[in-house]
Amino acid sequence: MRGDIIFQLSVRSVRLHFLRSVLAALGIVIGVVAIASMGMMGANMTLSVTEELSDMANILVVNAYTGGGGGGMMRIGGGGSSGNDNYLSDDNFEDIKRIASKYGLVYALYSDSDIIEIGSDTGRATIYGLDPAVMPEILTLTDGAYPKSTNSVLIGPQLAERWELKIGSRIDIGDSDEGSTTTVRVVGILEERGMSMDLSTDSAIVGTEKLFIGIYDTEGEYGQVTIVLDDIDDADTVTGEIEDELNKKEDVVTVSDSSRMMETITSTLGTLTAFVMAIAGISLIVAAVSIFNVMMMSVTERIREIGILRSIGTQKEEVRRMFIYEAAILGIVGAGIGAVASLVLGYLFVLIMVGTTEYFFAPASVMYVPMAMIIGVIICIISGVYPAWRAADLDPIEALRAE
Amino acid sequence: MQNHPVIELDRVTKVYPLPAGDVIALDGISLRIEEGEFIAIMGPSGCGKSTLLNQIGSLDVPTSGDLFIDRRNIREMDDRELTTLRLTSIGYIFQKFNLIPLLTAYENVEYPYILRHRHPDTTGHVTRLLAGMGIDEALSSHKPPELSGGQQQRVAIARALVNDPKTLLCDEPTGNLDSKTGEQIMEMLKDLNDQGRTIIMVTHDPAVAEYADRTITLRDGRMLV
Ligand SMILES: Nc1ncnc2c1ncn2[C@@H]1O[C@H](COP(=O)(O)OP(=O)(O)OP(=O)(O)O)[C@@H](O)[C@H]1O
Ligand SMILES: [Mg+2]
Repeated sequence: MRGDIIFQLSVRSVRLHFLRSVLAALGIVIGVVAIASMGMMGANMTLSVTEELSDMANILVVNAYTGGGGGGMMRIGGGGSSGNDNYLSDDNFEDIKRIASKYGLVYALYSDSDIIEIGSDTGRATIYGLDPAVMPEILTLTDGAYPKSTNSVLIGPQLAERWELKIGSRIDIGDSDEGSTTTVRVVGILEERGMSMDLSTDSAIVGTEKLFIGIYDTEGEYGQVTIVLDDIDDADTVTGEIEDELNKKEDVVTVSDSSRMMETITSTLGTLTAFVMAIAGISLIVAAVSIFNVMMMSVTERIREIGILRSIGTQKEEVRRMFIYEAAILGIVGAGIGAVASLVLGYLFVLIMVGTTEYFFAPASVMYVPMAMIIGVIICIISGVYPAWRAADLDPIEALRAE
Repeated sequence: MQNHPVIELDRVTKVYPLPAGDVIALDGISLRIEEGEFIAIMGPSGCGKSTLLNQIGSLDVPTSGDLFIDRRNIREMDDRELTTLRLTSIGYIFQKFNLIPLLTAYENVEYPYILRHRHPDTTGHVTRLLAGMGIDEALSSHKPPELSGGQQQRVAIARALVNDPKTLLCDEPTGNLDSKTGEQIMEMLKDLNDQGRTIIMVTHDPAVAEYADRTITLRDGRMLV
């Protein structure tokens, strides 16, 4: 019996009711794991997105003005938004080119989403139409060559994998039930590009402008115009010049750079993470109830013992401390196990959901472990306050008479 | 050396308010107990013996009347001070031993010592006390349920003595023991009294009361003279 005797009593009480204590602590373990791994997942998503986005800080995307907020998540990759009537015209493109081409590469992009048929399978993919001269500048191939003819296309690596497509494979674009399909031939496979500001090609089909116009008859209706700056520092200048020129009378275009997108994504991910963590937090409330229950049981069972302790000179405050310690022990043990478990499970989670564990040990990510631990321990202690107070306020004589 | 009262009761009354009507457990008890006295309190069940002992032991505060322990009026003390008084000046010995089941015999005796001194006993005081009660080191490491009633009561006496209190309060200390063990316990209490400790003991047993210098008899909360 060394050190703090009151603490010793708490430890022994927990040990005496080992199974019950373990079960109560299990709730805290689950709560801590839930909060920590959700938090870490959010952090890892944010970190990896931020990293990818800062790689393309030199890209400006010009879209037709759609009114209201402008920019935002919907613009990621520019494409896919079929049914959007807001296009940039040839005039717009020419204006932008005139202003921006001295700062870097300017190209326009057609995009749509359509049904594709490969053999007897049917699916959906984003179709991009690009100037063939621009393709080698912005797209990297892992296999094959850039399209030379109208019916030749490049495909993203995920599309290739999903449909088991190779160089020479044929794809029918359009719905055969409606009778109008165009058959194209794969001539090149694109390198994995990940998330991107300007275009997301990983599961898309990239063809020539001519092919796109041939299918959709949308000449001069560009989904977006992209500027790849030679110097990142020009971003504000170019944005300003374009806006001044094209939005002189009314808002015609929106220029977005990655910083604005980064803000939107980061804050959206932040909100999402907080929301998911709040849901995970519900498990801690359940845990709190079970800790409370166990503590009340402990007090009730030990009424007589409390009477003895009080009668031989134990202060109220010491009795209170004894039960708070007991709750804290459950909390610390639970949070400790939870911390180890959340490192393991969190790692797996992040690997599966985010795809990379590159940022797992970054401070912004692992900080969720101590944070969840502290929350878990605090919840335990709070759950122990009322039982401890009840125990301390027992009348010693009444307590001694208890059986 | 001039004797002065260690405990003085002045018209102490204890009323338990119950829905069915108030229970007057103690009804105007006045009593002076001198240092070194050995007092037995007797009387039929329910006459208020334990209630009286609880007042003297500052586990409870009288409804009316004054109670002085070492000339201090316990009415003027808060819960913290009363608790400290129980820790340092009074030793309790109960009928049901009331050892702490989570602690070994040794630890039970050391517990009030640590509460008072804020550190474990390094002087051998606890071991000596236990040995004096006939509890050797092997027995000291046992938990209370592993000890016989007589052994538990000896540990309880050692615990009551560990902070060297002036007064020992015993509520039927032999009530749960066979007569032979009871006799041994009474011999120990008698020795402690001979060493100068004041002992106030509740008992049903006239043979046990024989050990006392003075017997107080209660009936319905009043003292018979
Ligand atoms: N907490 C309480 N609430 C209500 N009444 C009580 C309480 N404690 C004691 N009493 C009543 O006070 C009276 C005296 O009780 P006390 O325990 O002092 O008797 P006792 O002389 O010790 O009896 P016994 O010999 O059976 O131990 C009894 O009538 C009892 O019912
Ligand atoms: Mg009694």
